[in-house]
Amino acid sequence: MAVVKLFGAWLSPYVYKVIWALKLKGIPYEYIEEDLSNKSPLLLQYNPIHKKVPVLVHDGKPIYESTVILRYIDEIWPQNPLLPANPYDRAVALFWIKFADDKNPIIAKLYRTEGEEQQAVVKEWLEMLEAMEEHALIGGKKFFGGDEINMVDIAFCMVAHWLGVFEDTAGLKVFEPHKFPQVSSWIQNFKSVPIIKDNLPDTDKIVAYLKRRKEMLLTSKSN
Amino acid sequence: MAGKQKHTRTKNQLKMGEVKVLGSWSSPYGLRVQWALGLKSVEYEYIDEDLLNKSQMLLKYNPVHKKIPVLVHNGKPIAESAVILEYIEETWPQPHPLLPKDPYERAMVRFWINFLDNKDKVAPFITFFIGVGEEHKKAVNEAKELLKLYEEQVLGEKKYFGGEEIGMLDLAMGWMAYFGVIEEIVDVKILDAETFPRLHAWIQNFRAHPVIKNNLPDHDRLLQNYTEKRQRFLAYSPHTENA
Repeated sequence: MAVVKLFGAWLSPYVYKVIWALKLKGIPYEYIEEDLSNKSPLLLQYNPIHKKVPVLVHDGKPIYESTVILRYIDEIWPQNPLLPANPYDRAVALFWIKFADDKNPIIAKLYRTEGEEQQAVVKEWLEMLEAMEEHALIGGKKFFGGDEINMVDIAFCMVAHWLGVFEDTAGLKVFEPHKFPQVSSWIQNFKSVPIIKDNLPDTDKIVAYLKRRKEMLLTSKSN
Repeated sequence: MAGKQKHTRTKNQLKMGEVKVLGSWSSPYGLRVQWALGLKSVEYEYIDEDLLNKSQMLLKYNPVHKKIPVLVHNGKPIAESAVILEYIEETWPQPHPLLPKDPYERAMVRFWINFLDNKDKVAPFITFFIGVGEEHKKAVNEAKELLKLYEEQVLGEKKYFGGEEIGMLDLAMGWMAYFGVIEEIVDVKILDAETFPRLHAWIQNFRAHPVIKNNLPDHDRLLQNYTEKRQRFLAYSPHTENA
């Protein structure tokens, strides 16, 4: 049986996307925790260009970028499919996955920006939430994937779990549940799925870590 | 072989249904879609959008981004060029498959398309076009580094990014095929044959392919239109240095 290795970091949403996909399909894997401030030679060997996590290594071959990894996993292990079978529905799913992927690096800056820059990030968050509420979650479905979660649900994980963390770290409220009822329902549903619920990083731990990181960034800026 | 192609073409005509493409004459993202359909002998109606005066149709078919390209197949719209290319490949797998069969190689193609479409990787080329001074110098260096990566790590010794035939990654790299016009306007050459011999050869091969050749923006029109565009940016840019 081929060995699957996953290089990850305990607080990264991108890493959790891969963990959830592997667990949903029942694929055994070896997890290697990386200290992002002191990356291992093995990680650098597998991902010399980007030096980032997650990296999935299957049969000794590395794959990077969480969405690329998820699509690869879905192709190699077709049980519990993560994308719709119908090509049009699949295209709609991939559209929303790209939407989430494009927003994620921007919205992650919420806790480490200030003033005008932070306002711009808040605007991006609201645009994303509005698009989800008005266009993506149509038909009152439980999940983007229908009755079960799929790759689209996984792609929006930052909204479900990390948004609260960023808000706490930044001391700023962005998400008002009453303004986004469908998104709120979806968040509850998503976090109730056993594989998700049992595999989420502790929010207090992340907030503490990000607050320390934010302090370090502000200190280095003022020096 | 000719008989087999004819059969496949008829199959596609039957499967085709109604295919529309909303694009823009100079957009590499729209052209990717047109090239893909052309390579697969899929007939389509092309609708050129004036991006300063978007049609109701575009706003209806892509309400989230209001951007081109949009593919409309039997009345159902799909947006995002990379997503459209995958849909085209699944719906019309023959002739001219655009993705390799091997899942790992497919992952690599998807990785590189995602990489080169990333805002941070496009930005240096945009700044090369409309930037000035220090900003421009920095952009030139960043652009050259990216080109080196594409030449050495991605293209390597292959004729096309897709190997012996044009593949999805070649279509995504298609902007390079008429980057020479940008260089002409800026009067700075970065994608030169001496520094990037393989990319240079790729451009010649890509441009010569019958489907691509018939679907490239007109050189003179590009020159005029992009010169005007650049002048507008420089006039309104807070960073413009007075000559």
